[in-house]
Amino acid sequence: MLNQSDVLYTQEMIDKRHLDIRTITMGINLLDCMDTDPERCCRKIYEKVTRCAKDLVKTGEDIEREFGIPIVNKRVSVTPIALAASACKTDSYVPMAQTLDAAAKTLGINFIGGFSALVQKGCTPSDWKLIRSIPEAMACTERVCASVNVGSTKAGINMDAVAEMGRIVRQTAELTRNDQGLGCAKLVVFANAVEDNPFMAGAFHGVGEADCVINVGVSGPGVVYHALQSVKGASFDVVAETVKRTAFQVTRMGQIVGQEASARLGVPFGIVDLSLAPTPATGDSVARILEEMGLEVCGTHGTTAALALLNDAVKKGGVMASNHVGGLSGAFIPVSEDEGMIAAAESGTLTLAKLEAMTCVCSVGLDMIAVPGDTPAETISAIIADEAAIGMINSKTTAVRIIPAPGMQVGDRVEMGGLLGSAPVMPVHRESSALFVARGGRIPAPIQSLKN
Amino acid sequence: MKAIVTVVGKDRVGIIAGVCNALAEQNINVLDIRQTVMQGYFTMMMIVDTAAAELPLAELCARMEEKGKDMGLSIRMQREDIFDAMHRI
Repeated sequence: MLNQSDVLYTQEMIDKRHLDIRTITMGINLLDCMDTDPERCCRKIYEKVTRCAKDLVKTGEDIEREFGIPIVNKRVSVTPIALAASACKTDSYVPMAQTLDAAAKTLGINFIGGFSALVQKGCTPSDWKLIRSIPEAMACTERVCASVNVGSTKAGINMDAVAEMGRIVRQTAELTRNDQGLGCAKLVVFANAVEDNPFMAGAFHGVGEADCVINVGVSGPGVVYHALQSVKGASFDVVAETVKRTAFQVTRMGQIVGQEASARLGVPFGIVDLSLAPTPATGDSVARILEEMGLEVCGTHGTTAALALLNDAVKKGGVMASNHVGGLSGAFIPVSEDEGMIAAAESGTLTLAKLEAMTCVCSVGLDMIAVPGDTPAETISAIIADEAAIGMINSKTTAVRIIPAPGMQVGDRVEMGGLLGSAPVMPVHRESSALFVARGGRIPAPIQSLKN
Repeated sequence: MKAIVTVVGKDRVGIIAGVCNALAEQNINVLDIRQTVMQGYFTMMMIVDTAAAELPLAELCARMEEKGKDMGLSIRMQREDIFDAMHRI
């Protein structure tokens, strides 16, 4: 028998602590849409996406109402377009991006991910076509997200792709100059990308997946923050336990919603992604959790250790709450999407160097960071290479989502609006990395023993 | 299907009657009621069975919320599973 305080506690988590299901993402395989004729390929893609996901939004809304828990986003991820469109006789994949955008609008979803290429070891002609279509695709579509995997622990880092991605990021920013480089917010460069990630902008439907699958991303920084407020001054043993317990409850919510969506849509349930995904709303910040552990401002000494504990405890608590855990699973630290991170970056305490260190111990990487618009492409490539190296050596996913905001300098602020928030432009080193990036080739895969 | 109805608001005459009427109109059976008044605030938790109701659950939840607005209360109906999932292993 339930007791009243459990019920009220759950409702308070939803009402006052921003507990929500961040996303239900349907992964859709597009390998059966291959065609030599690009127009036919696009038609097949549109038809399959709109057919598989036709009830996604309605089902999400029904579940939301019945359980009384907000489901913020309903989204779709597809097979990387560099694979699905590889048979097409065409020079550009921009029409495929436009097709995905049209499908997203028909379905009423806010993002569709999978304008992607996996090039950790080498690029096929199709991969190059996709990569070179990214700037225009990001400029002429609204809801399509792109990602490129440039490295992995097993394959090393494809430095030719890294060099190209620096230029692509710059071009994307230039082509979306009127929106302060917004196109770059929809473009992620990964190492060790996962195939079942429900979170944008990096979601795509991996080739090892079933034809159609439901993945769920939970959230809850506000809930964790509030839980930690009740253990002020306690030892880290207590802190870790508190985070675990909270993560368990949050994840159970994701599990039940995922199962329900999967049953109603007649689609297999994939995974729950145990992530602490912040929003720009006050009280929904990962930075504030770290500060609650005793740091004056996020980014000061001790931040990496605090984040390591948080990230690990979230996983430990969440793993038992779900029968399948996957995706990125960990704490996200997107600067522009986290009110506490924005404040810390604006005060100068949170720097790019500290963020890089933080990505060694948490989910993903340098996320939603604005840098000056005149940052050379080679410097962006070098930043990508650094992150990819962290991912490769530590056998974890890392990513770079960076916005060289056109015409902006350190001290300016990029406003992206909505869940994307706003980002203070952060300084980068002015010393050149051009000769390093120009070398090209591959950084070999690392040895998996003799760990030190 | 079992659902939990929670009602919170300033105490006055007729809250239970109003809520129970609204449930009866939808053919929803009340299984259990717990109610307290704390510092003038009325708090009630009901366990109800919606199996015999004609409308789909999402619609019932929306109507009860509407009813709450009419009565100047917060009324919320949610499936019981979500609380079980969160508070039971």
